[in-house]
Amino acid sequence: MSMVNWFKYASPASFYPLAGKLIPFFSAITAILLAVGLWISFFMAPTDFQQGEGYRIIFVHVPASWMSMFIYCVMAFWSALGFILNTRLSGMMTQALAPTGAMFAFLSLVTGSLWGKPMWGTWWVWDARLTSQLILFFLYLGFLALTSAIDDPRRRDKAGAILSLVGVVNIPIIYFSVIWWNTLHQGATVSMTKAPTMAHTMLMGMLIMALAFWGYTIAIVLKRVRCIILEREIASEWVKKNALE
Amino acid sequence: MNLFSTIYCMARRDLTLALRHKTEILTALFFFVIVVNLLPLGVGPDPKLLSKIAPGVVWIGALLATLLGLPRLFAHDYQDGTLEQLSLSPRSFTLIVLGKIMAHWIVAGLPVVLITPLLGIQFNLSGPIIGVLMLTLVLGTPVLSLIGAIGAALTLGVRGGGVLLSLLILPLYIPVLIFGAGAAEAYRAGLDMTGYLWLLAALDLLALFFAPWVSAIALKVALE
Amino acid sequence: MGGYGLYVWGSFGICAVAMIIEPIVLNARNQKIRRQVKRQGGQW
Repeated sequence: MSMVNWFKYASPASFYPLAGKLIPFFSAITAILLAVGLWISFFMAPTDFQQGEGYRIIFVHVPASWMSMFIYCVMAFWSALGFILNTRLSGMMTQALAPTGAMFAFLSLVTGSLWGKPMWGTWWVWDARLTSQLILFFLYLGFLALTSAIDDPRRRDKAGAILSLVGVVNIPIIYFSVIWWNTLHQGATVSMTKAPTMAHTMLMGMLIMALAFWGYTIAIVLKRVRCIILEREIASEWVKKNALE
Repeated sequence: MNLFSTIYCMARRDLTLALRHKTEILTALFFFVIVVNLLPLGVGPDPKLLSKIAPGVVWIGALLATLLGLPRLFAHDYQDGTLEQLSLSPRSFTLIVLGKIMAHWIVAGLPVVLITPLLGIQFNLSGPIIGVLMLTLVLGTPVLSLIGAIGAALTLGVRGGGVLLSLLILPLYIPVLIFGAGAAEAYRAGLDMTGYLWLLAALDLLALFFAPWVSAIALKVALE
Repeated sequence: MGGYGLYVWGSFGICAVAMIIEPIVLNARNQKIRRQVKRQGGQW
């Protein structure tokens, strides 16, 4: 039987060394993908006939936006798991993910605005996508503020889990309402239609950059969850014996 | 019926308590009136501009006025141990929480709805628009109290609770704000606004179904 | 970069800065907690 006993890794004591082994692996993947992705973004991808060289921002903007949304969903997944299985690791994972998700949401907003300035002549438009990205950033800030304000780790985990689940249920409603609002107030919109046929290499570069960001997220989250585990379990037997090996 | 008697008893108790501290109700109401009245001072007295932005302003005022009372929703009962007793009672804790939320709405939401015509007159709104605005507020403010209860439960007894509460809850209020202010805006522009009202009603049902339950879970976490 | 240099390098630059600072900050956090564990181990 080659069934992996997943529950074994739900305990921080056995997840800690596993995470330690996985970090170099994902760091290496990230480095390779980043090198390939950057090479495609700057040397292989042709200059766009409409947007010139400016479009190259999508190679970081789109992956950052994807990651910010994806990370929130993963947070909700861990939260749900934490509620169903009552594992301690889930709360730690959720809290390890949040700062990186917030960072990507912020990067998405900044690069979007740096893209918008030359393309539409303004740093910010109240477009549906930009607005919902901003709201996602606020949701991350709320999560970070709540979890950092609660001292008791058990309550912090549970409260964070409830908030991220409430957030993930609300995101589609918020997104729908923002689109609705945007179509009502036509005046503020700027046409954002991308080039209809995105060149093959462009798409390729974007996907590879997205995978690189994904690897980066895994490596950094594992690193952070290791810190959190040590901080929480500092008084326990296994930390004293094994953690520093 | 047991179900309704639980909600009713709890709401009545909270209302009785609230009526003993009338200043708290009046504070939220005057806060709302003052916020809305500051606006002409900020953007100028042009009647056309004012009547255009009035629905949005009234709605933002309503959001803030609801927020003002939320930190106190569970705080008193939490401090003196009543909340713990209530959570141990054989009656459904979710329904008890719903009763408290209803009391909060009657204290914070309803006065806002009732004073809106006065503000509408100040902002040069016509009778029918004031009616639409009040209708959206009647439909929308319960959602504010319901969602707000989740935030109040999560931040109960936490450092910097009040500010934290606003940070958690305001992004979740966005759909209500959009549909609420949007309906009045659509009506003013001569568009069909029934869609907005249905959406607000749908939000009401969703929040009514989920929010007391989630708040009750969050409160139990806080009480552990 | 055809006149877009500031925007393109700005975007890639801020991403690079963020993705370099985050690991550094995390390393510092890791060192700090490991020192604490070590100190505690000594007392043990």
